[in-house]
Amino acid sequence: MHLEQLILLLYIFALAIFSGYQVISKVPPLLHTPLMAFTNAISGISLVASLIIAGEARNLTTSILGAIAVAAATINVVGGFLITDRMLKMFQKKEKAKS
Amino acid sequence: MNEAAVAGGMDIRQVIYIVTLFVASVLFILGLHGLSHVKSARRGMIMAAVGMLIAVVGTLLHNRIVTYGWIGGGLVAGTLIGIPLGLWIPMTKMPERIAFSHAFGGLAVALVGISEFFNYHQGLTRFDLGAVGFEVLLGTVTFTGSLMAFGKLQGFLPGRPQTFWGQKALNFGLLGTGLIMLVALVVHPQAQIFFYSLVAIGLFLGVLLVVPIGGADMPVVICLLNSYAGLAAAATGFALNNPVLIVCGALDGGSGFILAVIMSKAMNRSFGNVLFGAFGAVDHAEGGGGADKAGSQYANVKSCTPEEAAAILSGSQLVIIAPGYGMAVAHAQHAVFELTKLLESRGATVKFAIHPVAGRMPGHMNVLLAEAQVPYEQLVEMERINSEFSQADVALVIGANDVTNPSARNDTGSPIYGMPILDVDKAKSVIVIKRSLGSGFAGIKNPLFEAPNVMMMFEDAKNGIEQISKELKAL
Repeated sequence: MHLEQLILLLYIFALAIFSGYQVISKVPPLLHTPLMAFTNAISGISLVASLIIAGEARNLTTSILGAIAVAAATINVVGGFLITDRMLKMFQKKEKAKS
Repeated sequence: MNEAAVAGGMDIRQVIYIVTLFVASVLFILGLHGLSHVKSARRGMIMAAVGMLIAVVGTLLHNRIVTYGWIGGGLVAGTLIGIPLGLWIPMTKMPERIAFSHAFGGLAVALVGISEFFNYHQGLTRFDLGAVGFEVLLGTVTFTGSLMAFGKLQGFLPGRPQTFWGQKALNFGLLGTGLIMLVALVVHPQAQIFFYSLVAIGLFLGVLLVVPIGGADMPVVICLLNSYAGLAAAATGFALNNPVLIVCGALDGGSGFILAVIMSKAMNRSFGNVLFGAFGAVDHAEGGGGADKAGSQYANVKSCTPEEAAAILSGSQLVIIAPGYGMAVAHAQHAVFELTKLLESRGATVKFAIHPVAGRMPGHMNVLLAEAQVPYEQLVEMERINSEFSQADVALVIGANDVTNPSARNDTGSPIYGMPILDVDKAKSVIVIKRSLGSGFAGIKNPLFEAPNVMMMFEDAKNGIEQISKELKAL
């Protein structure tokens, strides 16, 4: 990484922080637990980094570490989305019953 | 390391990879936007899940990946563990579940950082080293910190704050040493000792940061760990030059931070205290004075039987229920919903007053009551419900204590003075279902229990509610 790349990435980071702040502050307290489950699921995006480590076959040590990282991130992705969905369904059940 | 370096000679797989990461980033932000309303929330979640799938498929095409065996194993193992964690964990265990999964997030990020350093440390620039250093520091702190939080919530570890002499100095010293190691790593890229010291310091710091934190401070800590997990992912994005990790990390880190600030405000804690959640809890506990003594300080406490409670409730027009952690512990949410239906069939309006820090994580009470099928329209935030207590015939406090303590309003000497509370004492009558007169987390007396319009029912939340319902049916 060189300075210009770093600056570019900092742009992305800063803009993501601002848009994230706007979006997240609109989430009602009612949905704060689903919000945490949701962000937990999308933080499983570190899977994309783990996949490369696990798949590049540099040496056995990092392949094993990579596979563990893949498993840990997958747990968050799979478990995170499933549990978010379960919670949101509970909130929406009544919605449908009423309309 | 240079996939973003847009050059003429990119092969098609590289193009697909970069495009999928971009599409995924957009879908994540749009998905999060969906969470601003209950109606659009599920659609938002599905968008994010699609984004995740696209990013994973795009990454699998990356030209650095030459073998799929380890990847397949990891994906299968993660899915097999993830499904039960997603489908079978009861809602009452949600704080534990969330804390536990932050540990996985921290672990994944830390392992990626360690592998990256292990394989490439000779080719890394100083910027890369700085990013990888942050990544493993945050990742390891999140990993052990979350395991500690999980252990405390689950009861494997004592939930009381554990304090010892020199704790703050030790924590700050350790953090300082960690940062020095980080700088040393950037200055001396070839000295691997600095990197591995950083890993060790992160692991210790995570444990020590959560040691002094008590149960009721958990909402802040869980949010903070959420934030650290996000920032760790963002640091990975810097280290690997991967924008989608930066975007996701920023969203996750920002979300955790915003929630931590909301929680700390609702607990009357300063902003500085939020960054290092631990350090407020120590003073809190020391000022506490001991829960056992609290019971003997009360005078003129009126207790009531389930029959009396049912009689008061039977004639009520407006009943406001204020649930607290006691409801979660006793799994009383379904019994509460039964009582709500009974009261409504008798013509009463029932609303729920939700304090931001009731329970062990943000929104805990909402999820429990939603599970019990209470319509979310009946769940009212503190700011909006407080003006309605004066019209309420009965305020029913279920397993909540500090968040109803009027000292926060009028006793300038109280440790919780200034903390926003639910004004339950303004209702015509107040029924408090609580197992004993023991004090809440703040360790202070609650004058509410002595007020002339308040009656105490000394019962476990679930039992108490069920008995009231029984009596109400018999009336």
